[in-house]
Amino acid sequence: MNKKILYILLFIFIGWNYFIYGQARFPKPEFDSGYNYPEYQITEPISPVWEYIDVAVLLIVLTLTTRFTLKTRSRKSIILISAFSLLYFGFFREGCICSIGSIQNIALTLFNDGYTLPLSVLLFFLIPILFTIGYGRQFCAGACPLGAIQELTGIYPVKLPKTVETILSTVPYIYLVLSILFAATDSHFIICKYDPYVGIFRLNGPSTIMIFGILLLVSGVFINRPYCRFLCPYGVILNWVSRFSGKHLTITPDICTNCRLCETSCPYEAIIPSDLLQEKESMVKSRKKFIIYLILLPIITVGGIFFLQMFSENLAMVNQKVRLAKELRLEKENEIKAISIDAVTFKESGSTLEQLFLEEQQILERFRKGTPWAGGFLGLSLGLALLLTTINRKRDEYKPDQGKCYSCGRCFEYCPIHLEKLELK
Amino acid sequence: MSEKNKYQNRRDFVKKVGKWAVALPIAYLGYELIQKTSAQEFVWQIDPYKCTQCGQCETNCVQTVSAVKCMHAYEMCGYCDLCSGYLRQGVKERNTGAELQLCPTSAINRSFIENPYFAYTIDEELCNGCGKCVKGCAAFGNSSLYLQIKHELCVNCNLCSIAQTCPAEAIQRVPNSKAYNLKDGYKPKES
Ligand code: SF4
Ligand code: SF4
Ligand code: SF4
Ligand code: SF4
Repeated sequence: MNKKILYILLFIFIGWNYFIYGQARFPKPEFDSGYNYPEYQITEPISPVWEYIDVAVLLIVLTLTTRFTLKTRSRKSIILISAFSLLYFGFFREGCICSIGSIQNIALTLFNDGYTLPLSVLLFFLIPILFTIGYGRQFCAGACPLGAIQELTGIYPVKLPKTVETILSTVPYIYLVLSILFAATDSHFIICKYDPYVGIFRLNGPSTIMIFGILLLVSGVFINRPYCRFLCPYGVILNWVSRFSGKHLTITPDICTNCRLCETSCPYEAIIPSDLLQEKESMVKSRKKFIIYLILLPIITVGGIFFLQMFSENLAMVNQKVRLAKELRLEKENEIKAISIDAVTFKESGSTLEQLFLEEQQILERFRKGTPWAGGFLGLSLGLALLLTTINRKRDEYKPDQGKCYSCGRCFEYCPIHLEKLELK
Repeated sequence: MSEKNKYQNRRDFVKKVGKWAVALPIAYLGYELIQKTSAQEFVWQIDPYKCTQCGQCETNCVQTVSAVKCMHAYEMCGYCDLCSGYLRQGVKERNTGAELQLCPTSAINRSFIENPYFAYTIDEELCNGCGKCVKGCAAFGNSSLYLQIKHELCVNCNLCSIAQTCPAEAIQRVPNSKAYNLKDGYKPKES
């Protein structure tokens, strides 16, 4: 009798416990056979120490690359160091985190309170820029795994028609602006999503990206560095910083003799020819153009602002919440049944439509605020690019365009003075 | 010659101004950012209490067999004979026949312990993170099966591509030191 009461009490106790914990419908068994709970199959994530090793490796690689491009001027060493970066940052560390993607983490941090930036990501963003201020695009020359895989596979350079080249080279600006916009509104990380080479580094990935990556790799054999030239958003930042860099790679180690041998050596169209031997546009004509573009500059900028603002709602569709809200609104108003996984989950979750619509409005508001800045930036850079084409500086030597030049050193061997010095050594 | 010098000087001046115009905002940006920075690293993990087993974990991971696996909180399990996470709904028999199993890859092992208890363990080699068993267990059982991102398989994408589409917003960044959201509060041993 007593035992029975005890059991009932025990049962109530256990039942109550499981009532609190909700889902436990069956009591915890008590085993007589000495059964022990199995071990958990858990492995800890890779130690954070690695992130700092990465930073250290980045610093070493950049220092070495700087030495190879500016001091020893050896294309071979540059190739070796890029191969190392490709192996280490690419295949060994599997391409994440990279400086290109870090743009998004920075934007997310600046415009959202909920996210703390890991120090290593900040360093990955800043260190290459600091090197670029000092010495030009050393990061692109030796440290970027994406740059390296393209540099090493760019075997037969083919020149693109000038107009195609110009039109395509505006794409990185658009890509940069959109990736910042989407990251700042916490909508998407498009740089990571559409990184064509990361699948190759991991030898694993969604099939569409793998195909894109392989296509780009193959086309890169002829159109060298396709990602760098026509997509990379970090390249845009480095391009502008590099124009003001303190030191920069030079084609010739001494004074340029205008022998023109290096003229076609650069597959990236980054060599600005000397104009001693070339026809120049008349002063009057270029001045006229300059004035026209100067007037156009604010017009294009304002145009950009309004243009992109018009699309703020379309752009906001990248955000998952906005899409969900739209779907559910359609269901509410037009009785088109919402069947996506998101909608089904939302209905099960018990949150209210009002709340969702409120959140949607907040996100839309952020897009409305962000798009004018993005458009303004695009307009301004387009205007400035036009303006810069009219500035006709006197040049008596062949020099790399500091913005476009990746400091790859391909042009070294075309310069007879460079070769002569090598022989003397 | 003097003309050239004039140009040279102007060019140098422009360059100097430009250099500072570039360096200062970047220094400022660095200063702003450093206040929001921590030395902590983050990894992605599923909150099992938010997850609705929608099935995207199986398909949306960048790894082709997903880095998400089913885990079992043994201390919550009822060791039922009629396991709703193991057997399809409405089956008559109770044995290990593949056609009776909920798991599409037969990744769950059923073993007899003592009357009337059966233990269920997950073979992670086979599990593809589809969450079908988790759903079954949550529907009729103790909800001791749940999904977690396994960090030896996960490459820790900058933005987890499942998190991007997870309808329940169940995947979040967690500090590296607390890399799993274990249902029964199991603490991994200090190593
Ligand atoms: S342009 Fe971009 S992808 Fe190319 S090397 Fe530079 S940072 Fe890397
Ligand atoms: S170092 Fe610069 S200018 Fe020379 S080939 Fe490479 S990108 Fe072109
Ligand atoms: S995507 Fe989210 S809700 Fe779906 S199974 Fe994964 S964690 Fe659960
Ligand atoms: S972070 Fe990447 S590898 Fe890890 S679970 Fe998410 S998508 Fe998969």
